[in-house]
Amino acid sequence: MADKTTFKFTAEHEWLDIDGNTATIGITDFAADKLGDVVFVELPKVGSSIQSGKVVGEIESTKSVGELFAPVDGTVVAANGEVTGRPELVNEDPFGAGWMIRIEVADATVFDSAELMDFDAYVALVGE
Amino acid sequence: METSSATSIGEFAGRHIGTGADAQSAMLAAIGYDSVPALLAVAVPDSIQLTDAESILPPAATEREALAELRGIAARNRVHRAMIGLGYYDTITPAVIKRNVLENPSWYTAYTPYQPEISQGRLEALINFQTMVAELTGLDTANSSMLDESTAVVEGMLLARRASGSASNIFLVDEDALPQTKALLENRAEAVGIQLHYTAYDMSPPPDDIDVFGAFIQYPGASGRVWDPSEVIGAVKAQGGLAIVAADLLALTLLTSPGELGADVAVGTTQRFGVPMGFGGPHAGYLAVRSGLERQLPGRLVGVSKDADGHPAFRLTLQAREQHIRREKATSNICTAQVLLAVMAGMYAVYHGPEGLKSIAERVMFNTRFLASAATDGGHTIVHGNYFDTLTLETDRSADDLVARAYEAGFLFHRVDDNRVQFSVDETTSRDELMVLAKILGADAETLEGTVPGHSELSAWIPKGLLRSSSYLTHPVFNTHRSETSMMRYLKYLADKDYALDRGMIPLGSCTMKLNAATEMEAVTWPEFAGLHPFAPEADVEGYLELIGQLESWLADVTGYDSVSLQPNAGSQGELAGLLAIRGYHRSRGDDARTVCLIPSSAHGTNAASAVLAGMNVVVVACDELGNVDVDDLRAKVDEHAQELAALMVTYPSTHGVYEHEIRAITKAVHDAGGQVYIDGANLNALLGYARFGEFGGDVSHLNLHKTFCIPHGGGGPGVGPVAAKAHLAPFLPGHPMAQRPNRIPEGMPVDLDGGISEHSHRNVVSAAPYGSPSILPITWAYIRMMGSEGLRDATGAAVLAANYLAVRLREHYPVLYAGENGLVAHECILDLRPLTEATGVTVDDVAKRLIDFGFHAPTMSFPVPGTLMIEPTESEDLAELDRFVEAMIAIRAEADAVGAGEWPADDNPLHNAPHTARSLLVGEWEHAYSREKAAYPVTSLLRNKYWSPVRRVDQAWGDRNLFCACPPPEAFA
Repeated sequence: MADKTTFKFTAEHEWLDIDGNTATIGITDFAADKLGDVVFVELPKVGSSIQSGKVVGEIESTKSVGELFAPVDGTVVAANGEVTGRPELVNEDPFGAGWMIRIEVADATVFDSAELMDFDAYVALVGE
Repeated sequence: METSSATSIGEFAGRHIGTGADAQSAMLAAIGYDSVPALLAVAVPDSIQLTDAESILPPAATEREALAELRGIAARNRVHRAMIGLGYYDTITPAVIKRNVLENPSWYTAYTPYQPEISQGRLEALINFQTMVAELTGLDTANSSMLDESTAVVEGMLLARRASGSASNIFLVDEDALPQTKALLENRAEAVGIQLHYTAYDMSPPPDDIDVFGAFIQYPGASGRVWDPSEVIGAVKAQGGLAIVAADLLALTLLTSPGELGADVAVGTTQRFGVPMGFGGPHAGYLAVRSGLERQLPGRLVGVSKDADGHPAFRLTLQAREQHIRREKATSNICTAQVLLAVMAGMYAVYHGPEGLKSIAERVMFNTRFLASAATDGGHTIVHGNYFDTLTLETDRSADDLVARAYEAGFLFHRVDDNRVQFSVDETTSRDELMVLAKILGADAETLEGTVPGHSELSAWIPKGLLRSSSYLTHPVFNTHRSETSMMRYLKYLADKDYALDRGMIPLGSCTMKLNAATEMEAVTWPEFAGLHPFAPEADVEGYLELIGQLESWLADVTGYDSVSLQPNAGSQGELAGLLAIRGYHRSRGDDARTVCLIPSSAHGTNAASAVLAGMNVVVVACDELGNVDVDDLRAKVDEHAQELAALMVTYPSTHGVYEHEIRAITKAVHDAGGQVYIDGANLNALLGYARFGEFGGDVSHLNLHKTFCIPHGGGGPGVGPVAAKAHLAPFLPGHPMAQRPNRIPEGMPVDLDGGISEHSHRNVVSAAPYGSPSILPITWAYIRMMGSEGLRDATGAAVLAANYLAVRLREHYPVLYAGENGLVAHECILDLRPLTEATGVTVDDVAKRLIDFGFHAPTMSFPVPGTLMIEPTESEDLAELDRFVEAMIAIRAEADAVGAGEWPADDNPLHNAPHTARSLLVGEWEHAYSREKAAYPVTSLLRNKYWSPVRRVDQAWGDRNLFCACPPPEAFA
């Protein structure tokens, strides 16, 4: 499993593990904790295109509903079937087995131009 | 003015208000005021206080006088044998259910089962209901009731639109649907941009190029027709639409179920399962879906989970679907529905069992068959050869004449048109009645008598493929309680598990759990109120119309409005009706672009959901740190949307339980920009007699008769949410095509804005029945009649006093969030538990569940602010109960401090492990860090009166992740 300190982060409490033109995306432990016990995850279809800032999925807990936002424009190349079957993975291992989708972008530079934070900046944001 | 006290016998206000003069003096001393009026004079802002307390309400009657008056009103109703049908049928309420459920405060004074541990009895009853509906309809999951059949059809339509994936905005509607359902569909579809296409489904084979997102079929049809819709259902589904079937549950004991015919969704009513017609309601509607659509279900759903010890326990499941979470993204505004009536209908099935229900259905069908022979013999033509309980006749004589002859003999038929008449048979139809009816139909009854058919012929009458062969209600619960003794004990067993007002205070903020007095409840089951069909002729319902008229005028008077409609069956439907009225008003003036609805961030989620369903766009207005509307942000939003501003929805006093001082400035800003002001009446209990919505800027409001006006919560319904409006909106209040009387348009109002008064009477229908749920209106009528304007004012004073007393007593133990400029709260107060959680790790949940061990229902949790408890004691609690609550909360605070100080481990203390069952204390070794006495009897008053939670803390997440919404097998409880 990748090291979360190398991940990029969004203000919507999502993480991106970037590898060339692809990125694996999930929500942070902070977000998972705020949601509480996650009971349902709805993810976009593989092959669907996503637009930066648009809602692409839903993460529902016993008491609340969180949304998964697309951090950049791209195409969904994988959706984590494990997590839709066992939503508790989002709470148990948000940076690993609880990942949500993998996307592919046309040009890796979009990751640079998107407003992403590094680990330290994200930690500062959530005040930990 | 002296405050009220329980003085002379017969003065009802002194019975309704829990605190007498001495208690109130002590409470006033605790908070530093001389009198209740002095307290209210400071608490209620000067700018809204009534200057003129004059009221049209008659002086308070005693309980005996009020009942005598109600007797007089009831005597003006005439109960004929209603055979009108159209979704309402006479039925026999088993007396054991009437006495032990409908007339039993253990069932009717409970709240919605938000606290599952102390609601296991009615949750089990609702699981029975869900199982009954799912099995009879042949679908996988049913919810725990809908407001009525027609709103269930609307919800089915909305469900189809979001689940179908079709791009079409066309919904196909059966021409043979109930007339009230058509009216409701037309009103609701228009607001959200859906087009309705009517069809008789008479093309065979059905066309394969119909592009619709869904289709609605009435089964059997409103005219009584029984036909096989499976081809139509197949054709709709083949092109991506969903099929919604409204089915009669009694018929489904004999006919192939909608699920087996291929339907995605089944809807309907359970009224004829032992719930009186009551001139239209309340009854439980139902909605069931096939597997895969569970998450699309509107309303509430009971599921099975497990408690902290791994034992099965019931709870409300998938709650994050609901509007209080999703707000404007919610797909339905239905909150609680008709729990008390769902319990009754479910128990009817428990008592009769599958064979009993089937034999009732067979009897109905045989009797219908007999009347069909009689009609043919009498020279009439039966329009549909296949039927269950309803016959449509074509007569070459006049339909009016036939209806009139039936009426003279004591029967109500339905006149379809000049030469067609229809009538329906029900379980009460007797052999003697059949003979009279045969004569009315022109047959020779004597000759016919020998021709009553036998059971063996049943299969010959039901079209091939429609005779039901699948089993239903096989669970032991539907096959055990045949004797009355067994049934009585089952109901007692369930009631004993639950915490209702008959045990103690239910201090739920924003829910107003006040007394539902026995005298108020008396008339509900009188036959003159319970036995009337909603479409009975005006001459039969004069008493009801008088009661409704009086109640409308009284409610208008106390709220400062001009016109009231009692049609909405819940607060959410009142909201919708009010917003549709605003929409209609703007459109009548050519202001079609006014579609923006401003809603403060603190508002209840239902407001936003209702606005969307009324075709509006929600714009959120910020609140300041005190929970008040941020007036600067409001002005900015008003300016930004001035041309499109339709309305502001605001709750007063605020959802934070505070009298906002800026309310007049707020309403003025909206009016200046051409918008309308909707004041949500959820918190009216803090205002009645001291201020009127209509006088400080409200154009329209809904009231909750189940909060402020004593209709019991029924464990989660019924509710009544009347909508009250100023004269300019009156023409847009709900009408109904079958109303006995057209809406009263205030004098001077144009009656033909776009089509004349008859047009208006059809407008904005939101419920299946013209007057909503009339059989429970005598409750509110009696309350107002017995309180009078002074009593109502005293009740408000006592409610505000009680809330402020609790705030003052608890303030040093828990910070009180949000008070007005004067340090006072309104009728409820919010305790902030976040600092406690921070310091000790003890959560709101822990405190709420520990309150169960102390014998209390928890206050409202985490609304409107996460991590808080909102407490509303109401005027009905006495000082001893308030002090008992204070004692419990202080003791809990000390326990939390002990956890924080490390005296008990964070994961093994009386709070973390609450609630404690007797079983958890007695079975096995006790290996906890605290004693069993501490767990069960933390204060000595519990030694005398202890409520035991039947289950330990329910695992919410497990239940949502492992969805199971029907009766679990008995082995699960081993």
